[in-house]
Amino acid sequence: MFKPLVVAVALALPVQAVCAAETPHLGKPPNPELLKAWDISIPPEGSGLPPGRGSVVEGAAIYEAQCVMCHGAAGAGQPADRLTGGIGSLTSPQPVKTVASYWPYATTLFDYIRRAMPISAPRSLTAPEVYALCAYLLSIDGIVPKSAVLDAKSLPKVKMPNRGGFINVWNSSSAESK
Amino acid sequence: MAGKKNSGPLHRRHILRAGLAGAGAAVSSGVVAADFVPAATQTPGKPMSTYGVPSPHEANVQRIVGAAYPVASPGTGSSRTPLHLLDGTITPAGLHFERHHNGIPDIDASTHRLLIHGLVTRALEFTVDELLRYPRTSRIAFIECAGNSGVNGAPQPPQTTAGAIHGLLSCSEWTGVKLGLLLDEAGIDSRAAWMIAEGSDAASLSRSIPLAQAREVGILALFQNGERLRPEQGYPLRLLMPGWEGNLNIKWLHRIKLTDGPVHARDETSKYSQLQPNGIARQFDLIMGAKSVIIRPSVGMTVPAAGFYEISGLAWSGHGRIAKVEVTMNGGQTWKEAELTGPVLPQATCRFRLPWEWDGKAALLQSRATDEKGNTQPTRAALMAQRAPGQIYHYNAIQSWQVMSDGAVRNVHV
Ligand code: HEC
Repeated sequence: MFKPLVVAVALALPVQAVCAAETPHLGKPPNPELLKAWDISIPPEGSGLPPGRGSVVEGAAIYEAQCVMCHGAAGAGQPADRLTGGIGSLTSPQPVKTVASYWPYATTLFDYIRRAMPISAPRSLTAPEVYALCAYLLSIDGIVPKSAVLDAKSLPKVKMPNRGGFINVWNSSSAESK
Repeated sequence: MAGKKNSGPLHRRHILRAGLAGAGAAVSSGVVAADFVPAATQTPGKPMSTYGVPSPHEANVQRIVGAAYPVASPGTGSSRTPLHLLDGTITPAGLHFERHHNGIPDIDASTHRLLIHGLVTRALEFTVDELLRYPRTSRIAFIECAGNSGVNGAPQPPQTTAGAIHGLLSCSEWTGVKLGLLLDEAGIDSRAAWMIAEGSDAASLSRSIPLAQAREVGILALFQNGERLRPEQGYPLRLLMPGWEGNLNIKWLHRIKLTDGPVHARDETSKYSQLQPNGIARQFDLIMGAKSVIIRPSVGMTVPAAGFYEISGLAWSGHGRIAKVEVTMNGGQTWKEAELTGPVLPQATCRFRLPWEWDGKAALLQSRATDEKGNTQPTRAALMAQRAPGQIYHYNAIQSWQVMSDGAVRNVHV
């Protein structure tokens, strides 16, 4: 009973059979569609940014319809986080940390809005809508011009005011034993 | 030293003495002994139950819920462990602190998937049933939110309980599959140096974690204190990185992507980074520092009269085991080493205890933890000097409690 089964498995999966003794190897190759839908992480270089583009004007309209009730006019905040202003305040007695004053990368803004906002309906925005919202929010402090249109190429190139404002303490301390 | 609702040992002793006096009076006055027979010994009790719950007399032992945006987003915020109402080191699962960024998802484990992809030889997808077939490991570990105790950074010390201040800290036994085992099955590409872990909640919360350490210490936790994870702790699967920032112990874990560098997610740039006075923010300060807090006595408790008490509290460090906890009753003039109730485990809370004979005069109580790597808890002044105003992450400064001559306890900054 047992013998033929073992032989069949060994024949069908010669590579896995070699390591099967040590760990179970139960994982399967993921469905490519699932992988595409789930892989929404956008690093600073912008790899993985989806096709599409959005302008400041389009973003302003989406913001008025879907964001202003929680983030205030032009991102001034209340009841939820303030998103704009505060540039130059980080060394003051009252630092104001906003997307404009604090965030080092524009790609983080795309990544976060797409995955988490609006908080009442996350993952409901299309890629062009997210580009447009990024363009609008960044235009309020003049980080991009009012005429800006953002897409996979231009978004990673946006220079955030606080780009140099972080030190990666993990990288600088990982040589230490603690 | 009793909480308002919880009678402490002194009150009990007092009642006991009153009871003895009463018994004496009963004998002499000829009252029948039956009056002193406890009612519970005279009536059959309740039958068995399928899942036990705390005594109804302990109904005040609850998490301290703080909604950050009560109307705009009720599921975003935290609830704290009522440390001041507990003892020992293991937190009951239902009292483990919560920090959610858009509520608790309702996940059917049979539909949940874990994806491992990116810089791997072969991307893999697992069902929870498959993960449950893997060899398991268990360990006791604390989880502490990086924002814990941050309210003590405010210029005016908050006059709230130890739980309300320090309760974004809990400790459990976690059981699951070693992350390294699955990473090795996927085959780590030589370019991979970080991994992004992501939850399947309505924040799709994601964090970047150095890969070598994740492979070494990470656990894909399926069980907490012996039972499957509670929904608010990530059911059916959470990442456990013992001693690391609570936020990166990703709940409802559904995706791990191996990368060459960090993704710079919102929760590792905008949040969970520490702005210094020079305007430069420390990013990826990932391990929780050595810390301790005296819990008995603390704000909300009263030390009723001069006499004997036990001071006790919790100490923990993300860097390893606690080596010692020193306690002062006089604001740092003299320190005494407290007894640590074993076992003292790495990246786990440990209970410290010290007898105290209170003379009834105002006393300034502090505890100072040192871990096995030599990290010592800083004073508040030293910690605040390294922070820009209003920056609250990784607050592990020494807590000062002032016991007043009337027995009330105040939170003070010294
Ligand atoms: C119903 C209220 C609500 C709506 C509508 C909403 N947000 Fe938010 N937003 C929040 C809350 C609450 C947070 C904080 C979430 C957290 O801390 O986890 C937040 C956080 C953010 C942040 C991060 C802020 C920071 O400093 O880290 C950005 C950016 C943002 N929202 C953009 C948007 C955009 C763009 C829209 C419209 C598409 C939007 N939000 C709609 C409530 C809302």
